[in-house]
Amino acid sequence: MNMTADPRDRGGPAQPLLLVNDLRKHFPVRGGLLGRQIATVQAVDDVSFSVRKGETLGIVGESGCGKSTTARLLMRLIEPDAGDVVFDGDPVGDRHGLSVNAMRRQMQMVFQDSYSSLNPRMTMAESVAYAPRMHGLPAKEALSRAEDLLAQVGLNPRQYARRYPHELSGGQRQRVNVARALALEPRLVILDEAVSALDKSIEAQVLNLLAELKARFNLTYLFISHDLNVVEYVSDRVLVMYLGRVVETGPVEAIYARPRHPYTRALFASKPTLDPDRRTKEMPLTGDPPNPINPPSGCRFRTRCAFAQAICAELVPPLAAPLDGADDSGAHLVACHLPHAQQVLHA
Amino acid sequence: MSQATAELVRRELGPVEITPIAAAPGYWKAVGQRLMRDPVTIAVTVILLGIIFISIAAPLVAGADPYAGSVLARLKPIGTPGHWLGTDETGRDLWARLCYGGRLSLLAGILPVSISLVVGGFLGILAGYAGGLVGTLIMRTMDVFYAFPSILLAIAICGLLGNGLSNSVIALSVVFIPPMVRISETVTTQARHLDFVEAARASGTTTMQIIRHHVLANVLGPILVYATSLISVSIILSAGLSFLGLGVTPPQAEWGLMLNSLRQAIYVQPYVAALPGVMIFITSMCFNLMSDGFRSAMDVRLNK
Amino acid sequence: MPDIMPVEAPVLQVDDLTVRFRRRGMDVAAVNGVSFALARGETLTILGESGSGKSVSLKALMGLLPDYAQIEGDVWLDGKPVLELPPAELAKLRGSAVSMIFQEPMAALDPVYTIGEQIAETIVQHEAVSRATAMRRTLDLLDHVKIPSAARRMKNYPHELSGGMRQRAMIALALACSPSVLLADEPTTALDVTVQIQILLLLRQLQEEFGMAIVFVTHDVGAAAEISDRIAVMYAGRFVETATTREIMRSPRHPYTEGLLASTVHGGLRGRVLETIPGAPPNLAHLPQGCAFAPRCRHAREICAHGEVPVTVSPTGAMVRCVRAAPVPAQEVSA
Repeated sequence: MNMTADPRDRGGPAQPLLLVNDLRKHFPVRGGLLGRQIATVQAVDDVSFSVRKGETLGIVGESGCGKSTTARLLMRLIEPDAGDVVFDGDPVGDRHGLSVNAMRRQMQMVFQDSYSSLNPRMTMAESVAYAPRMHGLPAKEALSRAEDLLAQVGLNPRQYARRYPHELSGGQRQRVNVARALALEPRLVILDEAVSALDKSIEAQVLNLLAELKARFNLTYLFISHDLNVVEYVSDRVLVMYLGRVVETGPVEAIYARPRHPYTRALFASKPTLDPDRRTKEMPLTGDPPNPINPPSGCRFRTRCAFAQAICAELVPPLAAPLDGADDSGAHLVACHLPHAQQVLHA
Repeated sequence: MSQATAELVRRELGPVEITPIAAAPGYWKAVGQRLMRDPVTIAVTVILLGIIFISIAAPLVAGADPYAGSVLARLKPIGTPGHWLGTDETGRDLWARLCYGGRLSLLAGILPVSISLVVGGFLGILAGYAGGLVGTLIMRTMDVFYAFPSILLAIAICGLLGNGLSNSVIALSVVFIPPMVRISETVTTQARHLDFVEAARASGTTTMQIIRHHVLANVLGPILVYATSLISVSIILSAGLSFLGLGVTPPQAEWGLMLNSLRQAIYVQPYVAALPGVMIFITSMCFNLMSDGFRSAMDVRLNK
Repeated sequence: MPDIMPVEAPVLQVDDLTVRFRRRGMDVAAVNGVSFALARGETLTILGESGSGKSVSLKALMGLLPDYAQIEGDVWLDGKPVLELPPAELAKLRGSAVSMIFQEPMAALDPVYTIGEQIAETIVQHEAVSRATAMRRTLDLLDHVKIPSAARRMKNYPHELSGGMRQRAMIALALACSPSVLLADEPTTALDVTVQIQILLLLRQLQEEFGMAIVFVTHDVGAAAEISDRIAVMYAGRFVETATTREIMRSPRHPYTEGLLASTVHGGLRGRVLETIPGAPPNLAHLPQGCAFAPRCRHAREICAHGEVPVTVSPTGAMVRCVRAAPVPAQEVSA
């Protein structure tokens, strides 16, 4: 990953572009006569990770795991209850660090629903030019940049600049969303299930586009998805989340080849096979993902884990190096108390 | 398109689009097309424009002085030569009074709604977008006003301020502000959670910029439809206020006032006495149907 | 002429099904001549992307399309001509001979009745047994679909169940009267991957127990590989290739099938540019002449844009609708 000199770069390649520490967000559930708080949705709890410059970090997990909430917390669309976010050495929201507005000029997001992400009353060029214009760029220059970006994402501006969202297909709209995210020249782009709603053949096109743009503009990606295959294809490192907590993280080859956490193993085993002669015979995991309202104490996976012991209910397992000692590079971390639960039974 | 972009396009994208997409009209054009295909709305709008035109051009169309009464010509029936719609209880030509009366009645209908649209719309959009304490404060204040039936509230305010057209306009504006605030707040709250508004927030632009560029265009449609439907209510309420002696004062011509003064004549010349009521009915009905038409036209479900 | 002839009498036979939506300002050819036959206990997956017409085909089989749909062709279910039946007869078939499960369980479940009541009511309506018998069978069904504590769950309303359990309740409802054919319209698309595999395994198991035939509609190649005996690849309202699952996954013959499989993302492709099918699916209101896939096909020739595309049926019953598969010289077997 060559980091050609970005004038905004502070701290060089060794410093992570994004450092997240103990991020927490609980949503109150109100009910009853006076709308008092009767329960809490513990959406994100003590989530910590880092993103290196120029890499793609994949965040994978099922519904209710908190990955989309994490994305919104990073963009400050929701205010976190606790935790720090440090962008290239500058704490975000801190008086001496980076203001939220300044952070948003360096970090942008692409959402899942390509249609509702675009203002139905604005043309494509207007949508892309909106943010630069509001930040002070003269209208003509903003429009010119918008047209250039549309071309960069593979849409001929002559044909698409004056179209409305309902005139474009899902894949084309998502390209516009990517162009819009790039309009402020960010360094980090969060892709929140950005290709999940697209047809498979269109998804491949957009993934190719994202790879091209990453190289062209020296971007760093945070790729959030529930699709295990896509995450494996796209990421350099992977974060696995379950019910608001990180259960495993590490380089993509290590995680996918030797998943250590019982949940990660079950997740990967649930992937449909593409080989009709080797069909899945047994269910790796039974039941539904539990409710993030009042989750289990200690390790949140213990209610579905075959290896659960007493300690799992009492203590939240910290994210630490694997207990079988096989991986000592320190890159692969697992949140599990039990060594025998972390053993991979078959390669 | 800049030179560099044109170069990029030529190099990478080629001249031909593999799957051409059919052009489709923008949102407002599509609404216009739907309206053109709706005969009821067109008819009603034409009638309304006619009424408005006649009111504005009253001096040219009336053909008689609305204030000139004649004891001899009192309560003439419809079809009397020289007074084709008859005369009222002081002998004034009814057609002239209806024409001139239209000015005040329409004014009393449209002005309060316009004022409440601006004030109520602003408050409602603010409450809807900001939410939290500000929103709650605004909405609960409006709720207090909601406790009163509209006509009673209008009467109370008119009673406080005195009668006269301007006071009744003020009273009606106050009556209409809470419902305008409520609908604006509802629509804005819905719009606020849409992804493109979140995306705009994520791009670091200010609240006012977001409201102006993203929220307003998507919110004004339903608000305007609601406002149009309020016009008919406003006409009837102001006529009611005049009827009760609280709005326009004699000898001015205004449909509600005319209904009041012609009340006793109902046994003598029932058709003539009913005429102002007919005008109120037609006008408010037309505004109602027009707002219905706008609402269905704006419901255009553009295919994704 | 059906594309594949199974050995015994097929439980579902579709001949040249065509569906056009004609309304003011719209004329869409959603389905353009679909034919297939399904044997008892067999699973056919219709694999296609959005706009291919797969869901419309499924709905046509049960007569669930709106009034402005013009349907042509023949559909025989258990020997009965479905498209010609009067509405009352068709209503009797639905639920008893053929039933459907959806992507969203709330499309099938009524929110104001408990799931026990809904399933029992279906049984009573179709089979005129006593309510007590129906309740007993409902309990049995809920056990079959692996809903834990079935006796208690019977008294729950749909919103009280989790997503996966609602899916299972919907499947129980669909199987209440032991239909011969189960139509499944993307039932696993919206599910988490761990729930998806449970439902796929459940469907396989239930098929063995109940012996019904399944028509499974999806865009997910993985789900298709897990559950089907045969796959029919659909594009622009037509089947472009049908074959056994093994043949489709190992040796696809139609360029669209090849493209679809090649563009399916998996980890083994890391670091490589993905192969893609250029362009986008055609507008069903303006289908091009000749082969609908030709504008996007890398092997397209002059002849593809004109005239009928030849259909080749192999001895094993596999079908390909492509000029490249036609044997030389041009001895075509057209449908």
